Amino acid sequence: MVVQALKDQGVDTVFGYPGGAVLPIYDEIFLQNDIRHILVRHEQGAVHAAEGYARSTGKPGVVLVTSGPGATNAVTGITDALLDSIPLVVLTGQVPTFMIGTDAFQEADTVGITRACTKHNWLVKDTDKLAETLHQAFHVATSGRPGPVLIDIPKDVQFANGTYTPPAKANTAHYAPKVKGDLEAIKQLASLIEAAERPVFYTGGGVINSGPAASQLLRELVDATGFPITSTLMGLGAYPANGDNWIGMLGMHGLYEANLAMHGCDLLINVGARFDDRITGKLDKFSPNSTKAHIDIDPSSINKVIHVDVPIIGDVGHVLEDLLKVWKAGGRKTNKPALQKWWAQIEEWKKADCLRYTNSEKTIKPQYALQRLEALTKDRDRYITTEVGQHQMWAAQFLGFNDPNRWMTSGGLGTMGYGLPASLGVQIAHPDALVINVAGEASWLMNMQEMGTAVQYRLPVKQFILNNERLGMVRQWQELLHGERYSHSWSESLPDFVKLAEAFGCKGIMVSDPADLDDAIMEMLNYDGPVIFDCLVEKHENCFPMIPSGAPHNEMLMGEASTKDAIGSTGAVLV
Amino acid sequence: MNALKLKKGVSRHSAYNLRDPNAEATEVHTLAVLVDNEAGVLARVIGLFSGRGYNIESLTVAEVDHLGHRSRITIVTTGTPAVIEQIKAQLGRIVPVHEVHDLTVEGASVERELALLKVAGTGEKRVEAMRLADIFRANVVDTTLESFIFEITGTGEKIDAFAELMRPLGLVEIARTGVAALSRGAA
Ligand SMILES: Cc1cc2nc3c(=O)[nH]c(=O)nc-3n(C[C@H](O)[C@H](O)[C@H](O)COP(=O)(O)OP(=O)(O)OC[C@H]3O[C@@H](n4cnc5c(N)ncnc54)[C@H](O)[C@@H]3O)c2cc1C
Ligand SMILES: Cc1ncc(C[n+]2csc(CCOP(=O)(O)OP(=O)(O)O)c2C)c(N)n1
Repeated sequence: MVVQALKDQGVDTVFGYPGGAVLPIYDEIFLQNDIRHILVRHEQGAVHAAEGYARSTGKPGVVLVTSGPGATNAVTGITDALLDSIPLVVLTGQVPTFMIGTDAFQEADTVGITRACTKHNWLVKDTDKLAETLHQAFHVATSGRPGPVLIDIPKDVQFANGTYTPPAKANTAHYAPKVKGDLEAIKQLASLIEAAERPVFYTGGGVINSGPAASQLLRELVDATGFPITSTLMGLGAYPANGDNWIGMLGMHGLYEANLAMHGCDLLINVGARFDDRITGKLDKFSPNSTKAHIDIDPSSINKVIHVDVPIIGDVGHVLEDLLKVWKAGGRKTNKPALQKWWAQIEEWKKADCLRYTNSEKTIKPQYALQRLEALTKDRDRYITTEVGQHQMWAAQFLGFNDPNRWMTSGGLGTMGYGLPASLGVQIAHPDALVINVAGEASWLMNMQEMGTAVQYRLPVKQFILNNERLGMVRQWQELLHGERYSHSWSESLPDFVKLAEAFGCKGIMVSDPADLDDAIMEMLNYDGPVIFDCLVEKHENCFPMIPSGAPHNEMLMGEASTKDAIGSTGAVLV
Repeated sequence: MNALKLKKGVSRHSAYNLRDPNAEATEVHTLAVLVDNEAGVLARVIGLFSGRGYNIESLTVAEVDHLGHRSRITIVTTGTPAVIEQIKAQLGRIVPVHEVHDLTVEGASVERELALLKVAGTGEKRVEAMRLADIFRANVVDTTLESFIFEITGTGEKIDAFAELMRPLGLVEIARTGVAALSRGAA
């Protein structure tokens, strides 16, 4: 019955790991060929792989794990999906209904444990309700603000026969989030756009969640208005990095020009982003002189941390479509002279060249490694996943994303160990694409067992490890904010990654000389199979720009970039 | 506006200087939440309050529509206006929640709470307790020669006041139901 429901929901892949409490479902899987099951090496890996699959396709990811330890191992991944609004359907086995509450073997209160980290969860005690619940689960996971849901299925419920409810008959009416935005508010926004002198689009993961059509509409709107556009980490690719109006990522490690544009703007248009603290910094100094509009499908995102003047509750795609209609129908025009001045200001800020770093002929700078990776892969059909840390921020800064769904990273939870399994999920969804996980050595070790999965399923994922032998991001904070007391931020006793690759049965490449880097990257790209690429980089490089937690946007720490000239001319805009 | 010239380790910025952005005046609101009467729904609501650090002053719950499987949860909470708005939005996101009403702002409403108070004593104090109960329209629902159990309904303040008066007269124990509330008028 479970497999039938999955088929009817159009599922083609399940990521999972068997155990006593899910054996009846594994039996069903064995007896069919429509749904492919990917056997991971750890349940956390299954969830991240499903996230990678979901984020790169827009379809929900499906996970199947056993009770007790299977379910608890999945918790980190489920929480990750909740914070990043990734649609997942997680199926867990449970001890038989008549044993629940007896501390039975491998019993855990799975719905209790996951109540706070799922969008919704169910314990199904009646086989007749199983199919309907599964269909409801898909509906809830993918409607409104997407998120992970979990269905806990006791073993006796799996064994019993019941009546199957097809998707069309399942009752899903009650959960119907509003997708159309209020037309009055949309018209109000159009008027604000007409009047704006220093506007900026601040876009986020919600554009990706809304689907490729939303990204297309966003591009149209940016073209129609000529406004500058910045995005959060989660929204990269919705507007192309090679687009004319792109001013780069904003936030804690965002670009100088993007953050100053946010700080100095008079109209801030938030499209599917959630005013995260990595963006806002000090709340009372955040974009102090702007009128703020916010398009978001989740009413709880509105006014959560930042008060907005024009809230529009609805789906990005639907709202942008209406906004464009209103814009075109009215023959509306922007304030061109003011915009020209604003762009001139932004060009001034760009001159600060905030990503500048001093390259070296002796050691590979991580930024340089990523610039080379970008140069050698940007014309390919490429998907990037990352782990968490400095390398993640550098990847966001130095790689360009021109399409949505090409960039998979753990933003909200910041889960080290996300990137490798996520890359597997992406590769499964896109077998012929180039899939690269940009990793730090410490994060990568957290789920490295999944290399076994990559080898088993011949997934040619490239593990691009920027190895600084440090918990680099932690080291950076300790250097800048904790008096250089480097408490436990070393990666001690690292494995030999080339030998590790051999042990897994894949290819290992080590490179330490900048002169060899290009050849090594080409060797990685040309190898038809999984590769562990150990790139030994400068150990003490810091990631800049950086806005320390709790500081306002205009108190950014810069690395080697000089801001002298640019700052002189900001007075006109900034208060 | 200043780009800080970096000196290692001496930045005045620190991860410790994050402050509570909600340190402003708080209000008391009564919320009525209509939910599907299904397993775990109360845990979801309570988990939301504890998980996000909201206050619960009082909470009552019971099924109100047996055929429709609906329960009504009445919550009295405190918070700044922004937090109250956030609480309502967060409650609205819970999948089995159908409606969230803020009775404090949606026009006039009536609020009632029921309490049982056990008061032990003899002589003068016993007579005085009985006299005050009369004034408060509390009923005696159990009595022995040394004790009464009073039943009282009213607003939270009325029950507070009655309990305060009973304290010197031998209040032993009190059980309160929490607030039930309805908006006034036909709709
Ligand atoms: C080490 C580290 C450093 C970081 N530094 C930065 C940084 O410098 N800059 C940065 O930007 N981030 C940074 N992040 C990520 C950050 O923590 C947040 O994850 C990120 O900023 C949130 O992105 P978002 O606002 O786009 O929201 P998301 O988490 O993507 O949320 C999407 C929003 O859109 C809404 N939504 C969803 N679907 C729709 C729809 N269909 N229609 C309308 N709305 C919808 C949701 O309700 C939600 O409010 C960092 C993370 C880590 C781990
Ligand atoms: C599971 C988990 N534990 C701890 C952290 C805290 N943390 C954030 S970044 C980081 C260091 C990451 O080091 P590495 O993967 O080598 O990347 P680098 O910063 O060196 O590029 C740590 C420990 C985290 N984000 N996730």
